[in-house]
Amino acid sequence: MNADLIASVWARSNPCPSLSITDWELLLGQARRTGLLARLAQHLLDRGWMEQVPAGPQHYLQGALRLVERQKLAVRWEVNCIRRALGERQTPVVLLKGAAYVVANLPPARARLFSDIDIMVPREQVAQTEAALFAAGWISAERDAYNQRYYRTWMHEVPPLKHVQRNTVLDLHHTISPPTSRFKVDGARLFDQVQAVDSEPGFCTLGPADMVLHSAVHLFQEGDFGHGLRDLLDLDDLLQHFSGSDPTFWSTLLSRARELALGVPLAHALRQLERLFGTVPPLELRPEFSAMGPGGLARHAMSTLIGAAVRPQHPSCDAPFSEAARWLLFVRSHYIRMPAYLIVPHLLRKAYMRQFPDQPPTAA
Amino acid sequence: MTLSELAQAELRTRLRGVGLKLACGPFNYRIRSPIGAIADGLRLLYADYRIPAESEFIDFTVNIERSGGLRRFWRPQVKFAYDGTYPFVPMQLDHAFPLLEWAMNWCISSQADHFLMLHSAVIERNGGAVIMPAPPGSGKSTLCAGLVCRGWRLLSDELALLSFTDGWITPLARPISLKNESLDVIRKFSPDAVLNQVTHHTTKGSVSHMKVPTAHLARVAQRARPRWVIFPKYVPGANARLTPRSKAQSLLSLGGNSFNYGVLGLKGFEQLSELVSQCDCYDFEYSQLEQAVAVFDALAQELVA
Repeated sequence: MNADLIASVWARSNPCPSLSITDWELLLGQARRTGLLARLAQHLLDRGWMEQVPAGPQHYLQGALRLVERQKLAVRWEVNCIRRALGERQTPVVLLKGAAYVVANLPPARARLFSDIDIMVPREQVAQTEAALFAAGWISAERDAYNQRYYRTWMHEVPPLKHVQRNTVLDLHHTISPPTSRFKVDGARLFDQVQAVDSEPGFCTLGPADMVLHSAVHLFQEGDFGHGLRDLLDLDDLLQHFSGSDPTFWSTLLSRARELALGVPLAHALRQLERLFGTVPPLELRPEFSAMGPGGLARHAMSTLIGAAVRPQHPSCDAPFSEAARWLLFVRSHYIRMPAYLIVPHLLRKAYMRQFPDQPPTAA
Repeated sequence: MTLSELAQAELRTRLRGVGLKLACGPFNYRIRSPIGAIADGLRLLYADYRIPAESEFIDFTVNIERSGGLRRFWRPQVKFAYDGTYPFVPMQLDHAFPLLEWAMNWCISSQADHFLMLHSAVIERNGGAVIMPAPPGSGKSTLCAGLVCRGWRLLSDELALLSFTDGWITPLARPISLKNESLDVIRKFSPDAVLNQVTHHTTKGSVSHMKVPTAHLARVAQRARPRWVIFPKYVPGANARLTPRSKAQSLLSLGGNSFNYGVLGLKGFEQLSELVSQCDCYDFEYSQLEQAVAVFDALAQELVA
């Protein structure tokens, strides 16, 4: 009954929520659990409903908005530090996800909280970039030799870098999905479409269609659905924004998804956006979008699983099925991330490391 | 209605079921726990706290659960659950009550950004509040407990809650946390003090909590104006002594002791500037509580004259 209190807030037709005081408690709890407290606050503010929120919950909503403002400053500051660390370069540095939304002033930035900053450089420049960052105080937070090798051999990013003084975390990517993944993307093709950021010389963002595709791929490859609803809302924001300013955006997105072979994750994501927020592609393109995803049973199964998994992992609405769905999707995320001959030894190794943290097996 | 008006059986039923609602200063808690030590501790220390009405907003729902699985039988553990997450590592079962107190503090310090929050004890006399920020081990809680036993009103032993509008401090009036040698010091200093049973071998050593005098709880809605900022330090053998501290230095230390100074940005800086400009700032060394009380009472006397 209380499930999806948080998801229902964003259904487009919803009027001002008339909630009992216990509903507010649950809504805030679900919002905290899904990383959406600030987003909820911004939503209420935008519609002029904040005044009607009772004083108790309103304190925490206002607090979340203050944190967002502060973090936006912090992100710009961090981007500045990165610029100084990297100096003059021929190829621009691409900001991904949250940091990109902030510097390009895109709608998801208005109410998003951050844990790290993601940047992308061409693969052949990763070593040089990491060295420059190291000189400026970003050091690898990963101390384990196996994990280091795993990231560097198989992943689309190096292990997280942490700044020694500010403790901020930076992820350095060379593309947006693991090269071993079923949805691998050649980083060079992304660089063809990057867009310069006026306010931050030397930095770029992905092209609009690529940004949407990255968001969709990210949702399914991380295997962590704790922030699934937040990621879907970001994606929805991006689609509304880009399609609002460019009438051809949907067809550009369609052809770009085909070009990069990312139709499957995009189709899954679009189904969720339709279910949760009523967002749909233009009528004439709809068959082509849904044809990109799997058909029949597979489509329904995925849709049900994702639908259950993005429900808040909050005691008020977590059902045993959500847990199972998250587990299945977690397994799936690994299955698409790497072929079996790589993933099975890796998971065995990880299990061993968890059990015996201080005694790495000698044969490796 | 206060907690003491609940029958013992009703208290346990609520803790095991819908949760026990409890008002602590400006915050309302809902506490759920099947553990006996939680019920006993609440009954002793929180007897005079108000139970919020049905229509009131509950800020924080705190669950103190037993770990499941093998931990049910082998070295049983207790854990704090919040919104379906576990913010702390599990502890051994007999640490349940201190865990509840720490969890209740965590709820405020991690979320109540509608106050400027300082990690500090606050007491008041004659309408003037003393803010005592200090790192653990400086004797802050002991000094606070000692002064509270001698007529200073407790606002908080851990958290100063400053208003953004007028800088006044809202009382929290939760039990005072005491540890190790301080327990005996306070028992000797004030034999009337009510202490919960001692929990040994926690991460902070042996800990217990001292009950807030009933008269202080009756005034929990009365905020207080900050008048002094005093950085206490226990120095073995030292005579109690106040030394003036520069306002700039005090501001920086207060910022470092704040839970959300960084989040508040300019607003936080302006608020702390305002605070140090209207307060006298001191360092304070002491070793004997009696001497310390005399020094503080002399300060409070300034407000009467």
